[in-house]
Amino acid sequence: MKKTKPSDWILKILVYLSALITALVLLFIILYILVKGVPYLTPSLFALKYTSANVSMFPAIINTLITCVISLCIAVPFGIFTAVYLVEYAKSTNKFVGVIRLMTETLAGIPSIVYGLFGFLCFVSYFKWGYSVLAGACTLSIMVMPSIMRTTEEALLSTPESYREGAFGLGAGKLRTIFRIVLPAAAPGILSGVILAIGRIVGETAAIIYTSGTAPKLMHDVFSSARTLAVHMYALSTEGLHMRESYATAVVLLAMVAVINTVSTLLAKKLQGDM
Amino acid sequence: MTKLQADRAAKNNLKENAAHAVFFLIALMSISAVILICGFLFYNGIPAIQKVGLWNFLSGNTWAPSDVPPKYGIHPMILGSIYITGAALFFGVPLGILAAVFMARFCPKKIYALAKPCVNLLAGIPSIVYGFFGMVSIVPLVRKVFGVNGSGILTAGILLGIMILPTIIGISESALRAVPNSYYEASLGLGASHERAVFFVELPAARSGILASVILGIGRAVGETMAVIMVAGNQARVPDNILQGVRSLTANIVLEMSYATDLHRGALIATGVVLFVFIMIINVIFSILLRRFK
Repeated sequence: MKKTKPSDWILKILVYLSALITALVLLFIILYILVKGVPYLTPSLFALKYTSANVSMFPAIINTLITCVISLCIAVPFGIFTAVYLVEYAKSTNKFVGVIRLMTETLAGIPSIVYGLFGFLCFVSYFKWGYSVLAGACTLSIMVMPSIMRTTEEALLSTPESYREGAFGLGAGKLRTIFRIVLPAAAPGILSGVILAIGRIVGETAAIIYTSGTAPKLMHDVFSSARTLAVHMYALSTEGLHMRESYATAVVLLAMVAVINTVSTLLAKKLQGDM
Repeated sequence: MTKLQADRAAKNNLKENAAHAVFFLIALMSISAVILICGFLFYNGIPAIQKVGLWNFLSGNTWAPSDVPPKYGIHPMILGSIYITGAALFFGVPLGILAAVFMARFCPKKIYALAKPCVNLLAGIPSIVYGFFGMVSIVPLVRKVFGVNGSGILTAGILLGIMILPTIIGISESALRAVPNSYYEASLGLGASHERAVFFVELPAARSGILASVILGIGRAVGETMAVIMVAGNQARVPDNILQGVRSLTANIVLEMSYATDLHRGALIATGVVLFVFIMIINVIFSILLRRFK
């Protein structure tokens, strides 16, 4: 029989201890926010109007939804079509493909504050849109495009070649094959990427604080300044006057992210299950 | 081929070619985005650097935009970013790598099904929520234990250490899983225990992937903004010890951008340029390492 050395025991304990600490940290963060925040989730926080007496987060939630929709309207087509070009059209030996990959990796690595600075310089100042939802959404769309592209690419690559061959054999053109056969088959994977992008948009602060601005009211149109929920929370917690409301907002943000993550994971699983 | 068929074929061809062209043009978008970002940043930031002087800007120890004459030295902020990142690595890297070893080689399947979504959730929590959590729990803790103000390098390091955990765990885990199974089996065959095989054979074999995870973690820590602002204290000076407050490059931009004008504004954008260059260097190292591990 093999003798267990003490060094093995130490290593084993270290590994289990690290896993335990990681789990405890996550549990602590979530419980801390929930325990402190849930009691302050009062109906008045979801009142239709924001006033300085009642810092309602309802307008911020609506602003977040609208910002999400606009950014996705820009980012999703660009992300998906770029991935389609890379997987279905370009040959892998093509140098151009390498350049696009490199640029996408670069975009994915840029910190959100640099995106915010760019959005401020380009959309807010140069295009003279001012602090506006449109400027924020454009900035965010560039920021999330790489991740949508990446997940779409993976989903397209995991679609079996036989699907395409079958469609070609039945006389479908390339375009028809892509839109009727390949993209629907890859849909769950693409969708899981899009949902992750929603998660990033919902949680983003640094990129939109100087593009969307911090006006706490419901937006009038896309050229008006409006804060999203994350910016709302930053404003509340740094003012220091509304700690209870900050806790409550944190709970709402956390819940949103948890739901978004779960849906995305389930969709990704569905893609794997189908294959 | 009848005329009708030929017509249809020609039309289809046109459609297919048009589609190809459209897809190609859209694929150019990511390239033009990078060019635009670089262009806007450098065009607006370089003049300020020229005016202050590159060396003065990078090594100046005083950041005092409201002094007469104003002083724009971002040396304290560069140091701040480096110190905070170093502290984050101190807390995050050992924990992250060991947790990755657990996920890849020690974790029972049933627990893995629960642990993986947990790591994803840790990655998904918005940085503003992390920052708030740090502000209301870690800051008071540090204040109590060390009897100082509480916001500083140590606090920011602990918080960022937690925030880079999912990055390190995720990439290190896949690096460990990419090690061929024969390595493990061979070491068992030579009489090594499970622990020894994992730590002394598989872990060294996965080193470039693990290093890549650390580099990406550095990138995240350097680029993190909102969480750092809320716990680091934000004093623009060179700190004496790890309990003192510092200001990171990212924080400098957010804190003063709302009221900055003229050269002050230019200096903030130039701070963004310096940050951008830092991140680019980190990214290049990352992608080189990742290629090697693939």
